[in-house]
Amino acid sequence: MSNSFLIILGIITPLFSALFSYVCRYNNNLRDSFGIIGGLVTFLVSLKIFHGIQNNEIFQITFFTLFDEVDFTFKVTALGSIFSLVASSLWILASIYTIGYMRGAGEKNQTRFVIFYSIAIHAALAIAWSGNLLVLFIFYEILTFSTFPLVGHKQNAESQSAGRLYLSILVGTSLIFFLPAIFWIWLETGTLDFQDGGILINQFPAEYLSLLIAMLVFGIGKAAIMPIHRWLPAAMVAPTPVSALLHAVAVVKAGVFSFLVVIVYIVGPEFLLQTKSSDWLVWLACFTIMASSIIAITKDDLKARLAYSTISQLSYIILGAALASSLALKGASFHIITHALGKITLFFCAGAIYVTAHIKKVSELKGMGFKLPLIFFAYTLGALSIIGVPPFIGSWSKFYLIMGSIEREFIVVAMILGISSLLNIYYLLQPVVIGFTQTSRGKVKLTKAPLTVWPPVITGLSCLIFFFYANYFLNNVSGVIVI
Amino acid sequence: MFNIFLDDAAALVVVLPLLISAIIAFIPSKIWPWIISLVTLVLHLVLSLHLLKEISISGLIIYEFGNWEPPWGISFKIDGVNIGLQLLFSIFVLISTFYSRKIFLSEIDSRDSGKAYSLWLLAIGSLNGIILTNDIFNLFVFLEISALASISLIALGAGQNRKALLAAFNYLIIGAIGATFYVIGVGFAYAMTGTLNMNDLVIQLAQYSDGQLAIFAGMSFMLIGLMVKAAIFPVHIWLPPAYSYAPSAVSTLLAALATKTILYFFVRLLYEVFIIYPSYLSLFLDFVLYPLSLLAIFIGTLIAIYQDDIKKLLAFSSIAQIGYITLAFSLKDHSGITSGFIHIFNHALIKGGLFMAVGYFAILQKDRVTLTSLKGFGYKYPITSFALLICGLSLIGLPLTNGFISKLYLFQALYTNQMYFSIALVAISSALAVAYFWKIVEQMWFSEIKFKSEKEDAYIYLPIWIITVSVIVFGIYSSTIIEFSNLSADYLISGYQN
Repeated sequence: MSNSFLIILGIITPLFSALFSYVCRYNNNLRDSFGIIGGLVTFLVSLKIFHGIQNNEIFQITFFTLFDEVDFTFKVTALGSIFSLVASSLWILASIYTIGYMRGAGEKNQTRFVIFYSIAIHAALAIAWSGNLLVLFIFYEILTFSTFPLVGHKQNAESQSAGRLYLSILVGTSLIFFLPAIFWIWLETGTLDFQDGGILINQFPAEYLSLLIAMLVFGIGKAAIMPIHRWLPAAMVAPTPVSALLHAVAVVKAGVFSFLVVIVYIVGPEFLLQTKSSDWLVWLACFTIMASSIIAITKDDLKARLAYSTISQLSYIILGAALASSLALKGASFHIITHALGKITLFFCAGAIYVTAHIKKVSELKGMGFKLPLIFFAYTLGALSIIGVPPFIGSWSKFYLIMGSIEREFIVVAMILGISSLLNIYYLLQPVVIGFTQTSRGKVKLTKAPLTVWPPVITGLSCLIFFFYANYFLNNVSGVIVI
Repeated sequence: MFNIFLDDAAALVVVLPLLISAIIAFIPSKIWPWIISLVTLVLHLVLSLHLLKEISISGLIIYEFGNWEPPWGISFKIDGVNIGLQLLFSIFVLISTFYSRKIFLSEIDSRDSGKAYSLWLLAIGSLNGIILTNDIFNLFVFLEISALASISLIALGAGQNRKALLAAFNYLIIGAIGATFYVIGVGFAYAMTGTLNMNDLVIQLAQYSDGQLAIFAGMSFMLIGLMVKAAIFPVHIWLPPAYSYAPSAVSTLLAALATKTILYFFVRLLYEVFIIYPSYLSLFLDFVLYPLSLLAIFIGTLIAIYQDDIKKLLAFSSIAQIGYITLAFSLKDHSGITSGFIHIFNHALIKGGLFMAVGYFAILQKDRVTLTSLKGFGYKYPITSFALLICGLSLIGLPLTNGFISKLYLFQALYTNQMYFSIALVAISSALAVAYFWKIVEQMWFSEIKFKSEKEDAYIYLPIWIITVSVIVFGIYSSTIIEFSNLSADYLISGYQN
């Protein structure tokens, strides 16, 4: 199979799975199976590309020219290969989970849900493999628009206003800051292609680089840095599979991925280190990490708590990008994988608890640990990974980030990362502690939904297993970030 | 035999619709006026294509009526500046005429069909005259014919809503004031120079190299008159009611082409004639047109957000979009004029498509289209709704649509002129455009009410989709429009340098 064909196959498979889901909309089992099949196909493609990138193969395909030397083109970067692997592999599990959740919770409009879910994955993969900044922007917008129906899925007043907030923040920031920033880069350099080492150096006025970085980080609203984070907690009205795959993996990771890509392949870490234009962003990211951790503690709703935890964890990646040293960038890229695995586990568990026991609040979890042991087991694994305890995969990325901040002599930042881990322990493990120590007052009626239980167990265990195979990913991560 | 026709192509594109219009007014049939109009406009397109061929060979056609030489006789001029617009005009009127039949049948008394198409062709012929004429007084004549034809067409909407009469009357009065201003200006110019021909006017005006108060007064009168006609903020007030109460087919024609042709003449007057007084020109552009454009962009968008009536919403969005065009034209350089022309083309397509789709909804539900009445239409009429969605995304300016190309070049032009404040404002207003457009989408697809899909009329959705596909095609293969606009700017700027 030729390399360009692989790209087309990977990008188009989710669209076909959306199409087939629509065609088979009257047969529920058949309809839902296309998500799993599509997940398997894209996963195999992503894996092949991932290995290809390790062997220095080139994956590129150009369709047509949009305007002056800016093509509609896909080209897989090392970062992109990581992101696509994460998104596609978790899509398989999320599809299985979706079946259990949507039927268990008795949601309506399941066909529409499955279709837009697949389209969102399509957009995420296209973002991962986009060859220049404009193509990335196009699919960034498609991702926003395709997740809007998922956020507003319940179609009541609450979800409608959440959907509006979601759309207005994400589209608004992208049109006000991100697109003008892209135009600016194009006007100064005449190109938008991703290149190792960046395209801005010697081309872009260094004194305005801070402004450009600001436009990018606030324009890429999906990265959810404060104060552009409000859409993420609002989006939690969506059914849990959306929160799990999209708002812990695909959408938010697309945001930080876009920012990382801009830093690594457009701005160039070297240029950034010379000018120190992103040092202010280090402090904003630190602020976001601390502030959202503290807000997370106050939240009793489990999904809201996880949402604020996500905001905090996303800023780890922004922090790594802003530090721009090789270790920090390594940590940031690796954190895309580790946080995705950990957070999808937690969201899966939150959804599973809701479907089986109809509990949404942390304080109501009393004694549930004994009744839902598998779910709580998986949750604990995921939480420990995010906290960064060895031997869980999350400890690697945190290690690299701390090393990176020491490398740049930001000792305070290293301390903040440590404190934030302590806060993580508190707010992520509190549900477990409540679940196992206190006894429940009333009787809780449990409904069985086994399809929602096994996916988190698998992802939770992989958090543990991949700790020992971290080099497998790190090869790709460090292969490209050459400074 | 056919060659005789083609030799006079420049005159015939205007004269043919005017002649046929006189004939079909008396045909008491429902369908024949439409067929005759359609045939006429196919011929019109053939003539326009022939003109394009001629231009690509010779670069300039001056057509002298009755062989009277220019300073005395009336002449038409076709060159790189207007050939692109002429083609767009020809193609768009053909499509919208095809679209108009079912709309007219359900919105106006069928006995009036002949009169409606007579006025329709009258408007088309006179608007085309505005594109081609090289004579400032002749322009006034065409302005008046087109205004009267449009006003009568708007008044035909009275069968649906009596407010159409008021809108038409408003347009009549305000339009007449605009035309009067313009003709007073022409009077001044004629008194000073003794000529009405635009090329000659440039030569004659050059003798007053320091400028004279009378000439500046005349120029100001002409420009203000044209601003009223082109609905440039704040003299736009006739436009929203006129567009929104006119029969839907008429709104389509007017929104897509009427103001565009006048804007085209406006910019030609600025950069071909008034350019010989650079200080006056830059005074007007920097202190009148530029701030007014920014206000138009911002206020037009803001008002559009608070509209409940969809046609009104689109009309106010037109005010903002005209603001983008005049903003580009106020930049005084090649990149600005190019981007202005690009947006004239692109916006004509986008707004035409939007008005067509909304017009179809209006006759489907036999009522005015408001936000609440659109509930569930995405499921009820999926084909038309999807076209509306694409045109709307293009209005916002997302990539892969032609609206994006407009925005790209506008940004580029503003950037080369270092107008960072305007860049910020344009970026913000395009984000605000999401607000008013998404309200529509939300009602159409994401409200509680669900419908089974109903049959849609291919005669109506076909032209809508032709426009919609062109919106995407010109977003991806943008070079055609960019080349035509570049050509227009080249011609205008070369006049600027001589």
